[in-house]
Amino acid sequence: MIRETLLLALRAIRRNVLRSSLTILGIVIGVASVIAMVTLGGGATAQVSSEIASLGSNMLQVRPGQGFHGPGGARSAAPSFDRKDVEAIRGQVYGLEAVAPVSTAGLQAVSGNRNWSTSVLGTTNEYFDVRDWPLGSGRIFGEGELRSGKAVCILGTTVGRELFGDGDPLGASIRLEKLACTVIGILASKGQTSFGQDQDDVVIIPLRTFQRRIAGSTDVEAVYLSALDGVSTTSVKQDIEGLMRERRRIAEGKDDDFHVRDMQEIVTALTGTTRVLTALLGAVAAVSLLVGGIGIMNIMLVSVTERTREIGIRLAIGALERDVLLQFLIEAVVLSSFGGIFGILFGLLMALAGARAMSVPFILNPGIMVVAFLFSVAIGVAFGYFPARRAARLDPIDALRHE
Amino acid sequence: MNGRPDAAADAWNGVLVAFSGIVKTYGMGDATVHALRGIDLVIRRGEFLAVMGPSGSGKSTCMNILGCLDTPTSGTYLFQGIDVGALSREGRALLRRHRLGFVFQGFNLLNQSSALENVELPLIYRGLQPRERRRKAREALEAVGLLDRQSHTPGELSGGQQQRVAIARAMVIEPALLLADEPTGNLDSGSSREIMELLTAFNEDRGITIVMVTHDGNMAAYANRTIHFLDGRIDSEVQNGDEPT
Ligand SMILES: Nc1ncnc2c1ncn2[C@@H]1O[C@H](COP(=O)(O)OP(=O)(O)O)[C@@H](O)[C@H]1O
Ligand SMILES: [Mg+2]
Repeated sequence: MIRETLLLALRAIRRNVLRSSLTILGIVIGVASVIAMVTLGGGATAQVSSEIASLGSNMLQVRPGQGFHGPGGARSAAPSFDRKDVEAIRGQVYGLEAVAPVSTAGLQAVSGNRNWSTSVLGTTNEYFDVRDWPLGSGRIFGEGELRSGKAVCILGTTVGRELFGDGDPLGASIRLEKLACTVIGILASKGQTSFGQDQDDVVIIPLRTFQRRIAGSTDVEAVYLSALDGVSTTSVKQDIEGLMRERRRIAEGKDDDFHVRDMQEIVTALTGTTRVLTALLGAVAAVSLLVGGIGIMNIMLVSVTERTREIGIRLAIGALERDVLLQFLIEAVVLSSFGGIFGILFGLLMALAGARAMSVPFILNPGIMVVAFLFSVAIGVAFGYFPARRAARLDPIDALRHE
Repeated sequence: MNGRPDAAADAWNGVLVAFSGIVKTYGMGDATVHALRGIDLVIRRGEFLAVMGPSGSGKSTCMNILGCLDTPTSGTYLFQGIDVGALSREGRALLRRHRLGFVFQGFNLLNQSSALENVELPLIYRGLQPRERRRKAREALEAVGLLDRQSHTPGELSGGQQQRVAIARAMVIEPALLLADEPTGNLDSGSSREIMELLTAFNEDRGITIVMVTHDGNMAAYANRTIHFLDGRIDSEVQNGDEPT
């Protein structure tokens, strides 16, 4: 009986291929966005965690201002750090491996007739330790170069490629606005962050050079530091917070005007952004699944009306109410399952394309595929029930008389 | 008596159907239509009964009640001793499934399905396995001479052929009662004669009780007995000589 009903449903759907395809479009879109979003999200999460692992989970950042506002956020209101703050942290906080002051600016780098706009970062050699970022070729800054603010620089691979093509940048001279500096080293390639930001698009110069020749002040934008192995970042964070409150004379009960972020917070900030995206796509999916369900209900009602006579014949020759109910319910479920299957395939294709474009890994999640399929079946049942019941309740005489 | 052995009917002394005081009204108040004004009717097992009468006299209403498709406003209907009035909608559907066959003026075949599938349909609802179902349906199609057309859809068949498929569909469950409401109403005289010969053969060879509505005296002549409806009542009754008792 079920087998016959299933064949019947497939035949009814095949008879109206175009109509059936349009009917399931809503479900296809809904399921596809869920699948794409979860698959991409899974890939991004996996990448973030592997990135965190490669960064070292023992890194911390200290910035003026409150919380994580991104570049140029509420930072400006709070007083900046300077060299003395960096020395105080280095001298008074226990368990530090390396401490690097950092200042940045977006600038145009020029070499001959080529130019490339990039981010210039003024810091010390300890930055390479904190970020666990070795040089690919050349050398790090010399003590004298750091102390006297020499015009030397170390290029990220992207900048090297953009300014010199296949040529060797080592020893060449580039211009950062009015500052002409000699290339002494090339960083190893680090690739993109999970947001698609190219970490190799950077020029690193000594902090003092940055302060004198570019910023024109002795401010330090942020302090990057790493804890020794086996030292808890939480205790380091607390120590820094205590120290900075004291140095900045923040009265008891007042909020900090600086912020110490550990990797956990950076992860939360990153996933927080993906969570907003997930919620947004989730809403799109929910709406299109609802619309898809209503579409199925609508088309099933049309189908019941079109086939009133057929229903009358079936009822006359011995179909029970539940036979007719089952017939139309199965038809609705077959429709919505097709929507689910095509949605899953389409969603995986979207995820594959998205993973390529954002260069995150493509990780199949069988669980969500099963859930999405079951959900589309459930939509068929929920929205097919009303039309099916209408068909089953038809009066056989009226139905037979129907033209 | 040329009927099949049927315990329930035998206990009833050969009576298959008994109507007493069957009344059917449609609508209410001023708009009330009295379709049947009190029908008393006994149909014996193995009988071939023709029903005649002017249009609107209540023939189809009577057939619908006989076929358990409709319920009377008042009166009692006993089918093989079962009080149909006491049955639920599902009970009546089961009675149709197991005991009743229908042939309509407009054929009422499923247009998207082949002749064979149409004949198989009642057997699907009876829960037969596919192989058994196909065998029985082929037999029924062979009995109406259409085995070679089994894979044709109704659209590819003539009116007479469609009606023969419909008869095969009604006969395949070997019903206790076959109801045919103007089965030849849409057919030419040649096809009509073929249909009547088929019905007569089923009645005589298999002992299936038949009630047939017709406007054509030539068709009614195939029956054992003819009743005439007039304005919701049975107006007259004629025995055709070879009555089965
Ligand atoms: N569903 C209905 N609603 C209202 N009146 C009906 C309905 N069915 C039949 N009738 C009326 O009942 C009377 C008998 O109809 P019917 O049994 O179809 O007559 P016949 O088949 O003899 O032509 C007619 O007057 C018809 O208009
Ligand atoms: Mg009629």
